[in-house]
Amino acid sequence: MEKLLEVRDLEVSFLTYGGEVQAVRGVSFDLHRGETLAIVGESGCGKSVTANSIMRLIPQPPGRITNGTIQFKHKELITLPENQMRKIRGVDISMIFQDPMTALNPTLTVGNQLAEGLKQHTSVSAKEAKQKAVELLDLVGIPNPEERLSLYPHQFSGGMRQRIVIAMALICEPELLIADEPTTALDVTIQAQILELFERIQEQTGVAIILITHDLGVVAKIADRIAVMYAGKIIEVGTKKEIFYHSQHPYTKGLLNSVPRLDRREGKLIPIDGTPPDLFSPPAGCPFTARCPKAMEVCDRVYPLETNLSSTHQVECWLQDERATKLLASK
Amino acid sequence: MTKYIIKRFLIMIGTVLIIATLTFFLMHAIPGSPFNEERSSNEVVQANLEAHYHLNEPLFIQYLIYLKSIATLDFGPSIKHPTQTVNDLLGRGFPISFELGIVTILVAVFSGIILGVLAALKHNGIIDYLAMTIAVLGISIPNFVLATLLIQKLAVDWDIFPAATWSSPVHMVLPTLALATGPMAIIARLTRSSMLEVLTQDYIKTARAKGLMPYKIIIKHALKNALMPVVTILGTLLAGILTGTFVIEKIFAIPGMGRYFIESINQRDYPVIMGTTVFYSFFLVFMLFLVDIAYGLLDPRIKMHKKEGE
Repeated sequence: MEKLLEVRDLEVSFLTYGGEVQAVRGVSFDLHRGETLAIVGESGCGKSVTANSIMRLIPQPPGRITNGTIQFKHKELITLPENQMRKIRGVDISMIFQDPMTALNPTLTVGNQLAEGLKQHTSVSAKEAKQKAVELLDLVGIPNPEERLSLYPHQFSGGMRQRIVIAMALICEPELLIADEPTTALDVTIQAQILELFERIQEQTGVAIILITHDLGVVAKIADRIAVMYAGKIIEVGTKKEIFYHSQHPYTKGLLNSVPRLDRREGKLIPIDGTPPDLFSPPAGCPFTARCPKAMEVCDRVYPLETNLSSTHQVECWLQDERATKLLASK
Repeated sequence: MTKYIIKRFLIMIGTVLIIATLTFFLMHAIPGSPFNEERSSNEVVQANLEAHYHLNEPLFIQYLIYLKSIATLDFGPSIKHPTQTVNDLLGRGFPISFELGIVTILVAVFSGIILGVLAALKHNGIIDYLAMTIAVLGISIPNFVLATLLIQKLAVDWDIFPAATWSSPVHMVLPTLALATGPMAIIARLTRSSMLEVLTQDYIKTARAKGLMPYKIIIKHALKNALMPVVTILGTLLAGILTGTFVIEKIFAIPGMGRYFIESINQRDYPVIMGTTVFYSFFLVFMLFLVDIAYGLLDPRIKMHKKEGE
């Protein structure tokens, strides 16, 4: 499969009155065409910042991409001039935000908001743009699309609005869709519908999806690969199977243990004690050390190297280090 | 929509009637009469005059006569200038006051919005501080102080603009500037804060994620939403500008309504006071009605016809 996006050593900081927050601290991952990558992690771990960095939508200032490369189809995005970047946003890479209630402009009709992206980037006529808008609304499953173009966002329900937001993101036929918590603000039943919509769209258009979420249920449904983020770093990445059944990082295991499961008898969920570290002054070693049940002395001092468990499964944990295995075996 | 307009129109008439009634009784509660200063007239003449203007009748009868004059839109001749009717005065003075008011509100709205948007876009930058300094000065300096200052500097010292009267567009510059600065400052501050709020909204981020041009994001997506509070305050500002014209007209010797209005109050020229008050209150209420209509046009969530059912 062809590589669509390659992120290497991405570092993003925010300058605040309290000091510099290192929100993303060296994130690397690849994305192939037509693939769905889920980035999971708890609030404040840097997953949204990573997504916004790809779109170059980090508010600058206070935000700043301090290091790293983001290559989209072998084109470097970080150094791209703003007017060039504008031609990528919405055309090659689209983004969907969390809350459909606020993502649409309340004073403009849905048709207007759908068509404006297309009008900006192509030289279509108003009639063609309208035609395309109708097509997209139909694709995302909105009945009577033609009549609905002249309605305003407040005349739709939350689930419908998210469908419109998705249609809006797809109107220029992008190759990459970044969805930042697309189902978090929705009812559970609507969530399932929206996830099915993502699957269907991917089948029909072949768009690659980066899904940002903290909901492992969502991930289990549609992700091909999963990257687990913690304190601004990707600590484990692998295929869906590898993460759900063979996760090796204590944090990933902790996450999975804190989710209700049907195949387990004991009714009690096991939370991860403690809170993530302060990113004003992140620890030198593994940031999970303080909460890790298997922490060793080395964890606190040196950040672990990446260990390849398979060609697709990488983890950053001292327990998986070759030397650690030997040590444990000798005990 | 038509139902709403009819309903609003009836309310407008009621409002004007209340204002007219209040003005009538307030005016008559102030001691004095139009003929106090005319020392030459003897008591018989004075009594005749009062009888002629129905001033000797009980207050309630006078009120009824006054209501009739409102209904027929004929306020009769001025007591102080018997050769002119109130309608003559209004016909002559109001167009000039109206011109000054309209030019002022246009200048205030456009410059205020532009200043506010620039300040919001360059938030905490030099332009922002400069714009807000101008705004604070504009709000805190009374327009009559600014007017005298402008005349002294721009007209007398540097001789750029004429100091007074109302005969050409150049004559309009100083009075408009004096009158527009206050409202402009208020609009600028309001636009800035509401623009800053709107710019952090999710739909602005959505618009940016679509790759729209920055000017399109600002004008189409941000400004339309940011203008709601400005439209709301426009009604109040209109009232301020309307009464502000009286003072400014006096300073710049502009032959608008202001002079007649102030004179009429000082001289207890009842027909003129009543006529201008009714006329001005109707004008203001009508402007507020237009503002409400504009509000509905700006924000589709406000629907006029929904109020019918209430």
